[in-house]
Amino acid sequence: MDEMTRVAREQGRRLAPLDDELVLADCGLDSLGFAVLVARLEDRLGIDPFTAAEDAIFPVTFGDFVKVYEHGIH
Amino acid sequence: MAYIEAPSPTPPRAPPSPRLLRDYLAGGAAPRFFFDRGVALRFSDLNRGTSLGGRLADLAGRSVLVATGSQLTTALALIELDGRARRIAILPPDVTAEHLAAVIAGAEIDAAVIDAGTPQCAAFDRLPRVTCAPSIAPKNESPPGRRRSEWVLLTSGTTGVPKMVMHDLAGLTGAIAPASAADGAAVWGTFYDIRRYGGLQIFLRAVLGGASLVLSNAAVSVGDHLQRLGRRGVTHLSGTPSHWRRALMNPAIAKIAPRYVRLSGEIADQAVLDALRAAFPRASIAHAYASTEAGVAFDVNDGLAGFPAGYVGGVRGGVEMRVFPDGSLRIRSPRAASGYVGSGQRLADADGFIDTGDIVERRGERYYFIGRKGGIINIGGLKVHPEEVEAVINRHPQVRMTLVRPKRSAITGSIVVADVVLKPPADSASAPAIELEHDILKLCREALPRHKVPATIRFVLSLPVEPTGKLKRRHG
Repeated sequence: MDEMTRVAREQGRRLAPLDDELVLADCGLDSLGFAVLVARLEDRLGIDPFTAAEDAIFPVTFGDFVKVYEHGIH
Repeated sequence: MAYIEAPSPTPPRAPPSPRLLRDYLAGGAAPRFFFDRGVALRFSDLNRGTSLGGRLADLAGRSVLVATGSQLTTALALIELDGRARRIAILPPDVTAEHLAAVIAGAEIDAAVIDAGTPQCAAFDRLPRVTCAPSIAPKNESPPGRRRSEWVLLTSGTTGVPKMVMHDLAGLTGAIAPASAADGAAVWGTFYDIRRYGGLQIFLRAVLGGASLVLSNAAVSVGDHLQRLGRRGVTHLSGTPSHWRRALMNPAIAKIAPRYVRLSGEIADQAVLDALRAAFPRASIAHAYASTEAGVAFDVNDGLAGFPAGYVGGVRGGVEMRVFPDGSLRIRSPRAASGYVGSGQRLADADGFIDTGDIVERRGERYYFIGRKGGIINIGGLKVHPEEVEAVINRHPQVRMTLVRPKRSAITGSIVVADVVLKPPADSASAPAIELEHDILKLCREALPRHKVPATIRFVLSLPVEPTGKLKRRHG
């Protein structure tokens, strides 16, 4: 969440209040913003579950996005 | 890319009978030396001596591969072979055994000069071989020979068989201004290996300019090389911007005081030019542009990155430059190679222009190099040249050098990340890494569109440099 706020601030964007139901497309980050976020999280967590996945993953909501990471880490 | 020397005011003329390398040995007032590790060899003695054990006649008229293990013996062999061999092909140190056979076949090699350091290789077994000694023995007579030898240089392709490029001595030396009296005391030095185009230019400058030359040696560290250069009193020193950044990070930089500093082979950004100006306040500092194929195109001597827009369009010193709509720099030059050897590949277009593969961009009255055609990173359809991002990060006062590279992204295909080497903390007030990272990203956001700003910055202790002195890039 910290990282997401930071990325949004760097990208000069306002982040919508985050909850599990929030649709990512409406959260305030565009695809470049998400690409940056995923790269930052990989530095921090050591994984990029999107690139590591065999099939393309398309999380729709913020909750989905968090789940992808929970899945990836466990 | 890119290479050396102040633009010569007059176009190079082909002399009626070719002047040979050995013609430049005579008449010098002072003895002249090649300095290798622990060795000072008076190469001006080649006038009356030989390093080829009396077997030079066996090489006359042949296509000779100079396959010596040391640069010292390469240098000696080149002087003796020029004008006598039909073709002189120079083997750089990193050609693999499997590619060696292709080089020998492609360049129609029918003899080799070797030394104690030449690697064992079956490809040599079928060739007559002459050993070059790192010493000069008196000789009775020399085979006459004043032919215009062909010179074949190998490009430093990262994969595949190296390309072989055909030159002659007139073209190779076309950018070298005639020696002046002041050159007598010159000691050239280089971080390059003389067996490739960039280093060969320095070897030729030393030989033609009545100077001595301190050879680099792959087994010697940057610090020890600087110590050697200092001990030999180097006056003219040449390397890539990456070579120079590494030298600037080394305390032994204090051991040298060159009066001429030259950069070539990579983009010289303002940060490295300024750092060299600070390190050598009285030196003249030039960055040059050349490639193995196009030859030496121009020098820039005003201490600023890029080159004046006026260089493009007209003819300067016989060299014509054009910028194509895709931003690529094209060169037509009497110093260019005449073609590739052993391949049907065309070197130039129908008008005689060579595509350098380097992309330039005009800002005001100057052109700036922004990267290589093949090195573009694609971020969701938007293009980034890693070099343009590196130039921005290198402006940060605590940064010494940067490598920008693509990282796979499931979302945009690629994303830009940066590996950064910092200056030693003693050089500057050091900030904690996290603040520094923010600081660098801020600099990037101010100077670059969003997609060019690195997603992450990693601080590293060093960056790998190719044997050519260029920053190692993995092109995707």
